[in-house]
Parts: sequence; C-alpha cells; structure tokens
Amino acid sequence: MGKHTPLYDSHVALGAKIVDFSGWDMPLHYGSQIDEHHQVRSDAGLFDVSHMTIVDMHGGGVRPLLRLLLANNVDKLERPGKAIYTCMLNEQGGVIDDLIVYFMNKDHFRVVFNAGTRDKVLSWVREHAAKYPVEIVERDDLAMIAVQGPNARDKVHAILDEKSRHSAAGLAPFYAVQVGDLFVSRTGYTGEDGYELMVPNDQAPQIWQRLLDQGVKPCGLGARDTLRLEAGMNLYGTDMDETTTPLESGLGWTVAWEPTDRDFIGRAALEQRRDNGALPIWVGLVLTDKGVLRNHQPVYNDSGQIGEITSGSFSPTLGKAIAFARVSHDTPAHCQVEIRGRRLPTKVVKPPFVRHGKSRFNDI
Amino acid sequence: MSNVPDNLKYKQTHEWVESLNDGSVRIGITDHAQDLLGDMVYIELPEVGRKVKAGEECGVVESVKAASDLYSPISGEITAVNEALATQPETPNKDPYGEGWILCIKPDDPAELNGLMNAQAYRDLIASESH
Repeated sequence: MGKHTPLYDSHVALGAKIVDFSGWDMPLHYGSQIDEHHQVRSDAGLFDVSHMTIVDMHGGGVRPLLRLLLANNVDKLERPGKAIYTCMLNEQGGVIDDLIVYFMNKDHFRVVFNAGTRDKVLSWVREHAAKYPVEIVERDDLAMIAVQGPNARDKVHAILDEKSRHSAAGLAPFYAVQVGDLFVSRTGYTGEDGYELMVPNDQAPQIWQRLLDQGVKPCGLGARDTLRLEAGMNLYGTDMDETTTPLESGLGWTVAWEPTDRDFIGRAALEQRRDNGALPIWVGLVLTDKGVLRNHQPVYNDSGQIGEITSGSFSPTLGKAIAFARVSHDTPAHCQVEIRGRRLPTKVVKPPFVRHGKSRFNDI
Repeated sequence: MSNVPDNLKYKQTHEWVESLNDGSVRIGITDHAQDLLGDMVYIELPEVGRKVKAGEECGVVESVKAASDLYSPISGEITAVNEALATQPETPNKDPYGEGWILCIKPDDPAELNGLMNAQAYRDLIASESH
C-alpha cells in the first residue's frame, strides 16, 4: 500500500481507479479521463495534488540560497505573493527538479517540488542550506487542491468568505495570497485559468466536498497529463531529468543569464553548452495520420533518426496524437515517427498545442 | 466487478468470442480489458480476407494510456471488421460485448472453440490477476 493523501477516502467513494504514483495511491480517473479533460477545458475540474512536496524556507539567508540553487532568478520576485517557475540544476547543468517558488515576504519563500523527487531534492537543498541562516520546513501538514478551467475561479470564490474572496479575486496570474488557513495561488498545470489551493490536511476533505457541491468535477492524473501536454508544459523525469539541461528541454526561457555575476549551480556547464551551439531542440509534434504517439518513439527525417519523443499521447481537444520530442536543431517542418515499424508523417510545431480551451493549430 | 456474460467464450489475452448462427464467430475485448486500458482513442483493424492463426496479432487497441495488441483467439479467415470503430474508438468502453465488437472470423476448425475458456474460468482468471 502506498501513501494516502487526506482526500484518499473521497477518491475511493467517488469510484476512482487508483494507481501508484511515486509511492502515492492516487486517482488515475473517476470513470473517463477524456471526459475529465474536456470538463477542465470547458468548465472546471478538481485535482488532488497533495502528493507534491511543499517546503517553506525561512530566514535572512533564503534569498541568497535560492539565487545559488535555482536557474531562474528569485530577484525577479519583488512583490509578496509573486511566483516563478524554475529548474534546479546539478553542476553539469542537468535538471534535479522543476519547481515553483513563491516569495511570501523578506524572510519567507515557499517552494513546491515534485512528488517523485522528494528525497533527493530535500537532501540537495539541506546540503547547500547548511552554509546559510535558513530554516527548512517540510509542510506535510498541508494538502494541495488544484481547481482548473474557465469557470474554476468563480467556483472557488463561491465557497470563500467575502474577505478571502476579495483577496483571491484580486490575484494576477502567478500570484498567491494567504487568507486565514487557506493559501490561494493563481497557478496550475493545465493551460487554463484557475487556482492551486494549499490547506491544512484536516480541512482538505471539507474544501474538496464544497467544490464538488459547486459542480466542479473530480479529475485524475490521466487528465492532468493530457492537459499539461496540450498546454506545452514539461513533466519532470519524462521531458527532462538529470542527464538533460533546460536548454534542450524547451526551458531555456527559465534560465536567468542576467546578471552575469549570479553564479547559480550549473551555470558554467550551461554556458558551455549554449556557446558550443548545435544543441538538440525540443519541439511539439502532431501526428497527421491516425495512431497514438508514445514516449521514446524514434523521430526520423529523410536521412535518418534525428531524435525521440519525450512525452506522447492523444490530445482530446485536437482529436489527434501529439507529443514533445527532443530532436536535432535542424529538424524540418515535417518529419516521421516510427510506430510499430511504420514511419508516419508528423508536423513539427511550437508548443503549446492548446491555449484557453482552443487548438492553436486549426490547419492540421 | 467486471461483466462476464455466460453465453460467450474467452481467451486469457482478454478477448471474447461469440458463436454466430452462420458458423462464424464475433470477437471483441472484455469489459475487464477495456477497464484496464481506459479511454480508447484508436483501434487498428486487420484486412478483411486475411487468414490468421490462433494467438496471432490481428489488430491494436490504443487507449490514452497504452497500446495493446489484439490476438486472434482462433484460426480462420477474417470475414468482417467493425468499421464504425475508426470514427468511434470509444465504443468498446461503452458496450464491449455489443456495439464494441471488433472483428468476425470464419473458423478453420469449429472444434477449436471448445478449447477456449468458459465464463467461470475467465472470471477466475481475472480474479487471480487482480491479487
């Protein structure tokens, strides 16, 4: 038996198909992952993401520590509540994890890591934190619920008291606010508007139920994966890991090269790779034929193999198979993917595939 | 609990076989199989007229989650395929034993059907696989 979130009993009661995810017993779907996907694109869906690792860092040394640990620059965070997405790199520039860091106040940052990287990430952070006046607090006492979709924010507002609603409604994208026991963040992993809520474990089932009562449908990890794929968002361990850098994972935009004297871990290795040129690129693929693209399928041009798929699946919104692939820098606009020994034509596109419920590729 | 109709025969690779009046058989995947696979998005059908041996691959069923080969439960000639699955691959999720049928085969040797599992044997199989 794996670890259970505070919402496990609710998942079982809702008829979820439970699967192991990094040691957690999590809902894959509650009947149909495609229906759940469409629910998020058209209305609002509810996700239990309590398996993710929430860490609070307190003390005067937090900002210098994060300047060292993260490839993006926390000095971009000037207003309390503002968040950024970033990678944390090893000395070789490989990705230890991707994460969101929130600036709460001068001496307090909150970081949300993946579930599967928990142990290595905490030991890496603690090892480097030893030289700084910093207190690291794992927030196992908090559950996390994502509410995503065009109507998601309204549905959350409906269960908040007036003061909390006012604070939440005033949030710009990628900002968060603490209102009483509830941490409300205007972030997500679906390409839709919405919130991620962090709440004390004992209050999570009640908030979950109140959102269900608002008509928000529960969605599992299956829909979460196809939603993030359509939205052009990387999955750690699949699209990038310790053997790949952000530069060949479509995450170059998250690396803050300026100021040049900020010597974050992995910087020297990244600069070397960047300056050597001819790095593989990370692209989107749309299969023009019928079939489904899958992780690790090889990608070809006319002269041979040029890369492979890092994440592939079926896009419910496009009704076609889509994928991310790491391919040679001179990849043409059309290439082929080998599926069961046959090479099928695919179109190379720039992710995201879907934005705010609409396909960006109506011509495919 | 999965639906396992008493009037059908089964193969351990999770196909069901229904004997039709004209001597051919209709084949699909079981309720248990569709439940394991989840939402189906693509079904690759074989050519009508193709000869297959028992255990031979004769199609692919792809869900959002995974691709799964379809194996012919018996030897014979493929006499029909369910063309509607090309545009509605989700049909076996909704009606695995009815509208979600996949293909028909004219068996080389009708006695081969006696070697397939009955409903109780298949129920026992899926119960043992889930433990």
